[in-house]
Formats: sequence, C-alpha cells, structure tokens
Amino acid sequence: MNVPTIEAFGQRVLHPAVEELIDLVTELKQEGFNMVVDLTAVDYFSFPTRTDLPESVNPERFEVVISMINHQTRERLRLRVQIEEQNPVAPSLFDLYPGTESMEREVFDMFGINFSDHPDLTRILMPEDWKGHPLRKDFSVGQIPVQFKASKAKR
Amino acid sequence: MTSEIVETSGQSLSVASNDDRVRLREGSAVLRISESDATSKAGNEITETADPSEETRMILNMGPSHPSTHGVLRLILELEGETVERSKPVIGYLHTGMEKTAETLSYAQGSTNVTRMDYASPLFTELAFSLAVEKLLEIEVPPRATWIRMLMCELNRISSHLLFQATNGMDLGAVSMMIYGWREREEVLRFFEKVTGLRMNHNYIRPGGVAVDLHDGWQADLRNLLEIIPPRLDEYDDLLTGQPLFQKRLQGVGSLNTSEALALSATGPILRSTGYDWDLRKDEPYLAYDQVDFDVIVGTHGDSFDRFAIRLNEVRESLRIVEQILDLMPSGDYRIQDKKITPPPRARIDESMEALIHHFKIFTEGFHVPPGEVYVAVESPRGELGCYLVSDGSSNPYRMHIRGPSFVNLQTLPHLMRGGLIADAVAVISSIDPIMGEVDR
Repeated sequence: MNVPTIEAFGQRVLHPAVEELIDLVTELKQEGFNMVVDLTAVDYFSFPTRTDLPESVNPERFEVVISMINHQTRERLRLRVQIEEQNPVAPSLFDLYPGTESMEREVFDMFGINFSDHPDLTRILMPEDWKGHPLRKDFSVGQIPVQFKASKAKR
Repeated sequence: MTSEIVETSGQSLSVASNDDRVRLREGSAVLRISESDATSKAGNEITETADPSEETRMILNMGPSHPSTHGVLRLILELEGETVERSKPVIGYLHTGMEKTAETLSYAQGSTNVTRMDYASPLFTELAFSLAVEKLLEIEVPPRATWIRMLMCELNRISSHLLFQATNGMDLGAVSMMIYGWREREEVLRFFEKVTGLRMNHNYIRPGGVAVDLHDGWQADLRNLLEIIPPRLDEYDDLLTGQPLFQKRLQGVGSLNTSEALALSATGPILRSTGYDWDLRKDEPYLAYDQVDFDVIVGTHGDSFDRFAIRLNEVRESLRIVEQILDLMPSGDYRIQDKKITPPPRARIDESMEALIHHFKIFTEGFHVPPGEVYVAVESPRGELGCYLVSDGSSNPYRMHIRGPSFVNLQTLPHLMRGGLIADAVAVISSIDPIMGEVDR
C-alpha cells in the first residue's frame, strides 16, 4: 500500500489515513512485522505547527502512534495516524494483534480516542467514574492547594 | 492446544504453535467485566448466566492489598471451586500521571521523574529517556559515559533479578529465600549508593552522560561484588532449582507458547521462556553491547519455572558482562562537554561569568531540544522498555510516553492462570515479575 512515508532518526514513519489503517497493518503483518510493540497517542492541541508531516497529510488534533517491529529483519517502523477532534475514532487492532488491548484502553482512558470494535473499551488507569481525559492538553495538571499562613510583619 | 516449539535462532524464527487462545473475544481467559460489576458480584455465585456450567462459578477479588500481588495489583478471578477460569488484572492504583508530569518538567529535570517509574530497575528508564533526548539533540556521549551506563545497567539488572528471586521464593513459601535475595541485592545497592549517592531512584543517567564519575576504588568494590555473588547464586541453585517441591510448584504452571507471547506483545523473560531468542542487547545492540560477550538465556516450556531459571542465569550473564567492563572501561569524560547541555562544575561558577550564566540557564529554563519525535528502546530486566518522545522545540518535552514492559506483559496473566489453582495464580503473578510503578506510571 502506498502511504506517505518519511524517515525519522533511522526509522521509517508511515502516515496512513485512519480508513487505511487496518488494511495497512494487515499488509505489514504479512510482510513480517510480527509484533506491535507500542501504541500511544499525542494531543497536538498546543503544537499545531508541527513540520515533520509529509505534505499530503492533513494535521489533526490527535495522532495515534503505533510502533511495530519485524523480528526477522530487525526493522522497526512507526505509524502515525491523524485522528480528528470532532470524531475521535480509530479502528482497534485487537483482531490482528491482541496485545494492543490494554494499550488501546490506555489511549482511550488518557485521550478519549475511541477504538471501534475493541472487546473491552473501558478505563484502565483512572477510576471508572472519572470525568475527562488526563493526557489531553486542555486537561489541567492540577495541584495540591497549599495554605500559606501569613505572619504579621513588624512594620 | 499445541505448544510445540521448533528450534529457533535469531535468524530463522519459525514457530509451530498457534495463538487462537489469546485472540478470542468471547470465551477467552480474559474476564471482561467492569470493576463495579466485579465488586457487586464478589462472593456471590453467578446464577443469571445462560450457560448452566457457569452457575457454580464465583467472582473473587484478589488485591489490591495482597502480599502476593507485588504492590497494588488487583485481580478479578472467576473461580470454579478452586480453579481459576477467567480473570482480569485491574490496575491504576499507583497511577500518578507521570507522563503528564513529564510535560511540565524540563529535559534536565526529566530523569528525576522517569527514575520513579520502575523502582526496581530505575536506571533503565533513565537510560531510555536519556537516549531519546540525545537522539533528538543529535549528540554523541563520550565512550566512558556509555560504558559507565552499561556497567550500571547490568548491575541494576542483577539487583532487579535478585529482588525477583527473593519475592518469588517468598510467594512460593520459600521464606528464607527472601532474606537471601534481599541480602545479595543489598550488596549491589551498596555499590549504587557509593556511585550515585542513592540506593534507588538514582537520577544518575542524564541526557548528555552520567551525573558523576565512578568513585576512586570502584574496581575493588566491583571485584568484591564479583567474588561474593556467584557462590551465592550456586546456593540458590541448591536451595531452589534442584528442589523437587520447588519444581513441582513451578513446572508446567502458567505456560505460554511463542506465538501467544508474540501476539500479546510480551517481551523479556516471558518471551524468552518460550524458547524464542530475542534480546535487544543482542538483536539491536545499543550502548556498547556489541563489544562484550554474553549469551541470551532462553527456556523451552514457557512455564513459570523457565522464567525463574532465565532470571537466575541472566544474573550470571550480567556478571560476565560486568567482569569484561572492568577491563574495558575507557578513560575520559563522563559527560558531554557541551555547556548548553551539561552544567559546569561547581568550582567554575565562582571563577567564570560564562559558567554562572550556563548554570543559571540550565537550572531555570533548561536546554532546548529541536522539534521532532523519536522512539528508543532498551532491554530492561522485564522486557522492552521504550521511550517515545515528542519535542516542540521548547525546553520541556511536548509528550513523553514510556512503553513499560510490565504494563504490556500483564496482559498474559489471564492466559497463564487459566485452569490453574489459586495457589498457582500466586506463582504466575510472581513469575511475570510486574513492577506496579511502571505498570501504572
């Protein structure tokens, strides 16, 4: 499959559209990429001016980043999938690589990106009744309130 | 279920086994129910299911505060009698948002944060983070820094595996093993304390090199370690490996085949226990691992005993590497001489205005990293530890993600426990050796 490809620090980075993802991963699996090592996401909310995308790729707020490895050729590659803000849905890779189950749950929990056809899309790190998605850039870091006691100055 | 494993080597990785068992959406070993459901059903027999065979099943919550769960791992077990049918690990009890915190810390402060993730092998997270930052900066650390990093990481692998020996023994009822494991680990930590100032959470490997050079007389301290640890490993063999009781508790308990391990993205001793020869130190050499001689330990049956034996023998291999590093350690700088990245020595600050400015800039603003994204992986004692780093050109990471091996490896748990007894479940958790700090981050 022909998708925009760039090279970043010696690793191939592919930029498929979200509709192409399943077909591309199926193809890569047949090619010998036998493990999805990592699946995570980035919220480009406050850094929309990123310049490392190929020209044909339209930047969106979210990006799902999938690292795959081919143990035979020892090649690693990365897929960066643009996910739009209004409808943050990506297809689940569970049927191809069951090991992505908890990684996808983590991305869902932290970024609010839904994975269609995921067997158990629930929060994994945060409590079940938590509101919001902590790793989004518009989710505040929060702090522990500290009460400073004012001491009366002599003057 | 076939679990026959064909002879594998680094080149030909053909595997005759199937992974159907881990692919199932329904009826697999994973109990996909919510936590609140599990709480309300706990202790009651399930009666509303359509399948009459499930009527005798009971939901049991194990943990999060249970001595055998290695921290705060909670398990929802579906039991039939004393047999575990399905289960689900529930995590997040130690979640402190360290990936979010990393975005508020500068690159110079970042290693203090990541070192607290895998608290049993903190140097590896520091290493992965530092390597990622250095790749974005496109800098090369001096050879001595590389070799010191390698030395410290191998010692850390030893201390982590010794901790495993201790806790694994304790979980299986070999309580005296706990004391021995901690005792040897303490010897290694004593060396760490001399070098880094701390027993744990060292913040020693930093972008640009390491924090301080090795102390005077480090060779003697290392030789002392190399002298005391090997005979004690032989004692472990006497105490555990050859003992029929110990073997009966572990052999054949919690088996996984190679395709299942690959499908579940399991790495480290879990993958190697299935007979699959994959170790990043050999297969994607980083640091200077291509210049030292060591063997990758693999198992055959993929059971808990293999995972135990692999870890024990990896300690021996790490000792071999340490011995070679003793002779090969180059002299020179222990960190890069780039004043924009590493702070100047304290004495220079009193003499040089430039040094004072650099010091001030590094500790207030930090150094800027060119925009880009990078993924770097190292072989931690638990498997592939990766760091995905996105920089927007400022002095804080835009996004820092740690691919924790324990987090991913935990997915194998339900499959390993299926059909075993509750007591076996304890052995299986122990053999995965999860560190909850890294699972929850």
